[in-house]
Amino acid sequence: MSETVLLDPGSERDPSEREPRGLPVGLAGKTVGLLDISKPRGDVFLDEIARLLEAEGASVARFRKPTFTRPAPTGLRQEIAEHCDLVLEGLAD
Amino acid sequence: MGAGNRYVVVTKQDCPTCRLIEPALAELASRSSLKVLNQDGPDFPVLAAAEVVDDHELDGSWELNVEIVPTLVCYQGEQEIGRTEGWERAAWRQLTGFDDLGEALPAFRPGCGSLTQDPGIAVRLEARHGGGRLTARRLTLASLEDAIEACYERGWSDGLPVVPPTPERVLTMLSGTERDPGEILGDVPPDLVPVSVEKVAINAVMAGCRPEYLPVVIAAVEAALDEPFCMHGLLATTYFSGPMVVVSGPMARRIGMNAKGNALGQGNRANATIGRALQLVIRNVGGGRPGGVDRATLGNPGKYTFCFAEDEDAAWTSLSEDRGFAREQTTVTLFAADGVQGIVDQKAREPEPLCRSFAAGLRVVSHPKMVQAADAFLVISPEHARVFHDAGWSKQQVTERLHELLLIDGSELVAGAGGMAEGLPAKLGDRSFRKFRKGGLTLVRAGGGAGMFSAIIGGWGASGEIGSSPVTKEVRS
Repeated sequence: MSETVLLDPGSERDPSEREPRGLPVGLAGKTVGLLDISKPRGDVFLDEIARLLEAEGASVARFRKPTFTRPAPTGLRQEIAEHCDLVLEGLAD
Repeated sequence: MGAGNRYVVVTKQDCPTCRLIEPALAELASRSSLKVLNQDGPDFPVLAAAEVVDDHELDGSWELNVEIVPTLVCYQGEQEIGRTEGWERAAWRQLTGFDDLGEALPAFRPGCGSLTQDPGIAVRLEARHGGGRLTARRLTLASLEDAIEACYERGWSDGLPVVPPTPERVLTMLSGTERDPGEILGDVPPDLVPVSVEKVAINAVMAGCRPEYLPVVIAAVEAALDEPFCMHGLLATTYFSGPMVVVSGPMARRIGMNAKGNALGQGNRANATIGRALQLVIRNVGGGRPGGVDRATLGNPGKYTFCFAEDEDAAWTSLSEDRGFAREQTTVTLFAADGVQGIVDQKAREPEPLCRSFAAGLRVVSHPKMVQAADAFLVISPEHARVFHDAGWSKQQVTERLHELLLIDGSELVAGAGGMAEGLPAKLGDRSFRKFRKGGLTLVRAGGGAGMFSAIIGGWGASGEIGSSPVTKEVRS
């Protein structure tokens, strides 16, 4: 059998490996962003999460994507990064 | 030309002109430095004084970019200073400076085609010489590795066998477009990887496309990457949908697409492979795979491929025209589509009852109580279209009538109505709702001549600004 050469149909990317940040020691005094992705009843779920976080001494900042079908706009991501120590984002239902 | 020049002549024994000029080659060899590259074996020409190279692998001829044999190339040092094709005595004499060259030969004989021009040979040679225009990473398979299995193992397949993308096949595919292989069409989700024409060609090879389909595949990729189509969300959704490709215009006919019987089904190479190529681009370039970012609960069989051509008809505007293009332009329209839901009406002979049948079928897209959510395509068969044509109804009239019939009383839509928990909040019960958003219902003609059956193709539950809108792109060569 002769040698076969194929052309890579893919991205030719090597995913960069990043170390996850360490877990926060505590939530007291931290600002936690909650990103609502605009799925129905997401607010109900996030209200409960906010209540639990505030009970831990965190302050909660709420954000909302215009639509769940698209990634969060750059401006929104920057706003979250500017104001929050941590962020919680639900990926889907 | 002066002394000190050297000459290269490319010949093939099978060419009568090459055989005819053998004495002239001998004359030239006796007076100057001559090298002959012969394309079909080592036994020709017989020249005592010249270097004769067996070029049956055609590498020398390819490097010289020869199209005709014989070709005489004149060099001064390493620099080519002139060439002539065939046997034109005056030109040979002028190029060599020998005024009596070929005195016994006729003044003119045309040459023959160089073997480098034979079908498939040029791309094989280009591939062997580094592929020139190709920049994709090359993978060399082990000698006992089966190429199709190797593609499976690397995750390049949608589940069906793919055509192994060798450099020769990709170069042949690229002959289908005038566009630069390095041209970037956009970023493919979900990984947002820039995709070149070359990468599209590689995936088109794997899908089984012919080169003449490539411009349509490129247009489909461009449409998918257009922001309003929302390809990222369409891929990631738990919903059924995937991209459906509708081709409208003259190129659909030219490349042999099927708009007639079984248009939405199997069996036509162009229909089958164009839709598949788009999905392979999303999979391989963008990294969008089931179980990864593709979170579909069930998906639908159209996610292998879903592509057909419009059966254009003089009585109605074409899809290209409906989407703002001219009828003579070939366009590709992408729609975030689920599967096919048949609608049968064998008795309607007037537009109104047929519209009512269509509306009843369209009402259930996504759910009978869901409104303003999914878009829909209605693929109208010729026998159904005839009912409208006979009554003089335009496509726009049919669409408007369907929207009117699909204005639904909120009391039927609220949660709990009909014993179904699904539905709108009770406070909306006193309003009326259009089933489809403005522009959310698209009509297109296709199908075989027999059968009063049309097809409803529901769309993704997230349409318009919330999700996906149909996108149309012109096909460019």
